[in-house]
Amino acid sequence: MPHAHPPTAPTRRQLLTRIGTLAGSAALYQAMTSLGHAMGTDFRGPPQLSGAKPGTRVLVLGAGLAGMLSAYELRKAGYKVQILEFQSRSGGRNISLRGGDTIREMGGATQKVGFASGNYINPGPWRIPYHHQGLLHYCQEFGVQLEPFIELNHNSWLHSTDAFGGKAVRYRELASDFNGFTAELLTKAIDQHKLDELVSEDERAHLRQAMHSWGALNKDMAYTKGNTSSLRRGFEKPQGGGVDGAPVPSAPFARKDVMQSGLWNWMAFHERLDMQTTMFQPVGGMDQIGKGFTRQVKDLITLNCKVSSIHQDDQGVTVTYTDTAHGDTVRQAQADYCVCTIPLPVLSQLDVQVTGGLKAAIAAVPYASSVKMGMEFKRRFWEQDDQIYGGISFTDQQISQISYPSNGIFSKGPAVLLGGYMFGPAAYDFAGMTPEERIERALKQGMAIHPQYRKEFSNGISFAWSRVPWTLGCCSMWTEEARKTHYKTLCTMDNRLVLAGEHASYVGCWQEGAILSALAAVTSLHKRALGAA
Amino acid sequence: MRKFLLLTSLVVTAGLVTTSLTPVVGHADSASAVDGKMQALPDGEAVYHHVCQSCHMPDGKGAVGAGARFPALAGNPKLQSADYPAYVVLNGHGGMPWFSGLLNDQQVVNVVNYIRTHFGNHYTDTLKLEDISGMRPQLSAEEE
Repeated sequence: MPHAHPPTAPTRRQLLTRIGTLAGSAALYQAMTSLGHAMGTDFRGPPQLSGAKPGTRVLVLGAGLAGMLSAYELRKAGYKVQILEFQSRSGGRNISLRGGDTIREMGGATQKVGFASGNYINPGPWRIPYHHQGLLHYCQEFGVQLEPFIELNHNSWLHSTDAFGGKAVRYRELASDFNGFTAELLTKAIDQHKLDELVSEDERAHLRQAMHSWGALNKDMAYTKGNTSSLRRGFEKPQGGGVDGAPVPSAPFARKDVMQSGLWNWMAFHERLDMQTTMFQPVGGMDQIGKGFTRQVKDLITLNCKVSSIHQDDQGVTVTYTDTAHGDTVRQAQADYCVCTIPLPVLSQLDVQVTGGLKAAIAAVPYASSVKMGMEFKRRFWEQDDQIYGGISFTDQQISQISYPSNGIFSKGPAVLLGGYMFGPAAYDFAGMTPEERIERALKQGMAIHPQYRKEFSNGISFAWSRVPWTLGCCSMWTEEARKTHYKTLCTMDNRLVLAGEHASYVGCWQEGAILSALAAVTSLHKRALGAA
Repeated sequence: MRKFLLLTSLVVTAGLVTTSLTPVVGHADSASAVDGKMQALPDGEAVYHHVCQSCHMPDGKGAVGAGARFPALAGNPKLQSADYPAYVVLNGHGGMPWFSGLLNDQQVVNVVNYIRTHFGNHYTDTLKLEDISGMRPQLSAEEE
């Protein structure tokens, strides 16, 4: 589907493809769970490492989740561990920003966060799928309290500048109408014997029944204005009490408008395994995870260390770094082994003594550009005026989405929402703007969904990942070609050095990737140190 | 990620990008959603402004990070041959993504000619469309 807004009515085949996208994943998932297959990521419990040779030293580069978890498990196994971190904080891309924090970008732009006390934005990871069992395991082990993150909200807005006259529609309206019209068409196709060749008589009967309930069709197998459809999409006059309590049903949108809107893309989005309910977030900000990890290994971390070279030979590993907290003194650290979690755009520019294959792998994975907007408003107008409690509104404008806080619902006073979350072209464009320009653009585009936006706006910040000095990007972008050529090399221990981080996983750009890669890295390091590999 | 780049290039090839914005839907290389719209990028300056300056900075001087940097385009001897920047734009380099999906050949030529004649650069030879034929890499989307 090269274009989200096909100018002509969809063909039957296009329609069936859409049904497959929307209904198929749910059906497949159901089939898989009933067979017990969809258990989660490849997490099989924490590694049981023990019996390290006494005195064996491991140097971990980077105090993000991968680095801290590596250090935690290796110390438990008996290694003498030290972590060097570039920033003056631990946590890596696991961050929350609060009032008083400062954002300094490459290029010199500086922003002061002005949020009210208790408010925060998560500029990096912000939601955790229920099947990211590795991360969830360590959250529990380290006492990080989690709460539900609301991903799908049927009352949120879907907006396209080219659909419905540029007016936002409710998710429930669009979804009900799309499902209803699709079910009606499929039923018609069955009744007109157009599926006879494809589908057996029994199955046609089952399908017809399923379409009746899935699509909220009436007794004539039609999706029309009436209580049945309004019990999905909402009423014109809602159900009430007393003598005037009778509801008035709402009219569905025109089928062709629904089909050409492209807004069904957002229905499919929530069906991805990554986005399925239930999702979680830490209570009090995503950085509670980083803090939980830090509590376990705080005594091992040295902050403000800018690594410049990693050398290794038969005797051990030598890392040269600049101690930026002490007059830029150049120091060296030695160890028997090294776990390196430095993001690849940085690592590829350092003096790293590894085989040519690993060097090529390190240089083969670019990082995506991403920008997030954290915007504080004087009141929760999305709750008070629009009855939107958490979840995400989507738009085809650059900001792509507005996500409402899942925490503090019904509270008075100012609140922070995610006023834009961009990858690709929009992220490049926004990252190239000044912070003031980004806020202005986000306000302007947000007005298309929330007319209260400007009036209620208090203050805001933007976080452009491509301008973060210690990652130079958001997260790894693998092509099939790079994966085939370089992935195994990237993850394989190179003499005394092993890499970890989301880039060394198939769960790229998620914290779970950092967790699983760290567990794989420490396991191979331990084998190597014991002489087994 | 690649998925969205392919979609974009299809749309561009079909000539649907003129002054209207192009919706780019379906990418999720990450915890992200769908990409926003893409501006029309009619000339080299527009490509630089909307894409390149996010890292190489509006003045083309790049920036320094944690022992790593975005190279400056101002006074960079690697721009002596126009082939080099054209190859890097299409294929990427280290942490820099490939732009073969986002930019068509004309846009690549335009932006290379732009950076070689701005930021204090005064190269007089001009890159032409035929000079970059064959540079475009064959990259395919990872199943997401």
